[in-house]
Amino acid sequence: MRSNNVRRDKPATTNRLSAYFLHHIQSLVFSLSKIYQAPATTIMTVAVIGITLSLPGGFYLFLKNIDAMSGDFRSTTQITLYLDLKLDEKKARTLLGEIDVMAQVQDTEFVSRHDALESFRESSGFGNSIDTLSSNPLPHTIIVEPDSNADSFAVKNLLNALQAIPEVEIAKLDTEWLDRLYTILEIAKRSVAIITILFAFAVLLIIGNTIRLDIQNRYQEIIVTKLIGATNAFIRRPFLYGGIWYGLLGGLTSWIIVEIGYLAISGPLGRLNLLYQAELAFVTFSMQDFIILLSSSTLLGLAGSWIAVARHLNQIEPT
Amino acid sequence: MIEFHNVTKRYPGGFDALSNVSLHLRAGEMAFLTGHSGAGKSTLLKIISLIEKPTRGQALLNRINLNTIPKHRVPYVRRNIGIIFQDHQLLFDRPVFDNVALPLTIQGYRPQEVAKRTRAALDKVGLLNKEKSMPITLSGGEQQRVGIARAVVHKPMLLLADEPTGNLDPVLSREIMQIFIDFNQVGVSVLVASHDLNLIDELQKPVLTLNRSQLIENGLNGMPEPTDMYQSMADR
Repeated sequence: MRSNNVRRDKPATTNRLSAYFLHHIQSLVFSLSKIYQAPATTIMTVAVIGITLSLPGGFYLFLKNIDAMSGDFRSTTQITLYLDLKLDEKKARTLLGEIDVMAQVQDTEFVSRHDALESFRESSGFGNSIDTLSSNPLPHTIIVEPDSNADSFAVKNLLNALQAIPEVEIAKLDTEWLDRLYTILEIAKRSVAIITILFAFAVLLIIGNTIRLDIQNRYQEIIVTKLIGATNAFIRRPFLYGGIWYGLLGGLTSWIIVEIGYLAISGPLGRLNLLYQAELAFVTFSMQDFIILLSSSTLLGLAGSWIAVARHLNQIEPT
Repeated sequence: MIEFHNVTKRYPGGFDALSNVSLHLRAGEMAFLTGHSGAGKSTLLKIISLIEKPTRGQALLNRINLNTIPKHRVPYVRRNIGIIFQDHQLLFDRPVFDNVALPLTIQGYRPQEVAKRTRAALDKVGLLNKEKSMPITLSGGEQQRVGIARAVVHKPMLLLADEPTGNLDPVLSREIMQIFIDFNQVGVSVLVASHDLNLIDELQKPVLTLNRSQLIENGLNGMPEPTDMYQSMADR
């Protein structure tokens, strides 16, 4: 026997789907009004989530900036060719022409041994000592700028090819420090990934616990609603939306925290920029980052409340 | 409407809250359920409202076997019953209107329909002017009437009331009972658990009396239909 036999009146809602969506919207608004009605609790929970998420968010932003900076360094990679001391300037300039048309070479610059000595004299302050030298100890140098599209492998190949030229005494690519930086960056990136995972779990637990307390506070209400004929899905919905709101607001808070932090350190960062005479553009969250942050915090909220609801709601039955 | 065939409810520990209770409340009938506290009134109501299941015997609600209802169907069966609690069980975080509208919201009625029916139910209990009030601001009698409006708003076939006048003075109690009688007159089956014997006598409705978990007085004419006798004997 089915209960349909019993029902005299069916709900006037002819379209079950519209009733379903209607309740979703009602739950969404209801859970928001709950949050609004208990501002202190909500603000505390949202702040905890925001602070928790701002840590990986801030680290991410930090790394993003280091990454952008190191990208600048990478693009200014140069190979310096110290030519044979015995090579005269005419032959050196011929070699320059040959190197200039090589593949993967973007630009070349010739620094004659004379010019090099002059600039050294000016910049080093050893002018008098240099004058005592009987001959110029500096070779002609060619500065090669690799194609900006070339990856590190192509640059290495170019370096080997240049080194193979007989007139080239030493071909020098100073990338060792860059490689070290990249390795350190890689370690930092993985650390941030681990921190992010850990903190995501923390957010999951925070939201789960908040929703669990919420369920306990509304124990009596849940029982009454069940006795009136509410399904578990109906009772579950406002709590799930509650979790979504916590996640969304927490994500928004973490974004604000990181942006404020960024503003606070942007002054000294600008001065650092000035001191290094660099033109590094400091980056903050992009639109994409922002969307990812909010959607993942919202998803965490939903997941956290789902866990709490699955564990606690179905256990509540009228007695 | 309600059929009990030799229903026994034994709680863990061997205590029988109901033993061998048989009764039949027909559709459209009204009866009072009485007895000293602990006699099994609440257990009987709990079996009808699907909170407890009989240990032995069969309980039927409009031919639906309550012993074997799967869990996911329970909410849908409960929608055929309107339950009125002694302590009203209103939700104090929302106004009267939302309290009364809850059963309709649960069942997915359209907002216009919800508003119409909710106001009609509030009108029946004389609280139409209180729809925006918060329950906490109402008197005990008014709260109970809100509880009744909530129980009838979705036009259930059966009204169950558990000591609905327990906390009210005699005048208010009589008013509340009159509301039940009015609903019964338009065809709703009503079962009211009460120990207010004076009032029950006055109202001249069939009385079911429980004493130490046994039904010692059955004022209802109907008896369980014999088709189920075989089953109830087998259960014995």
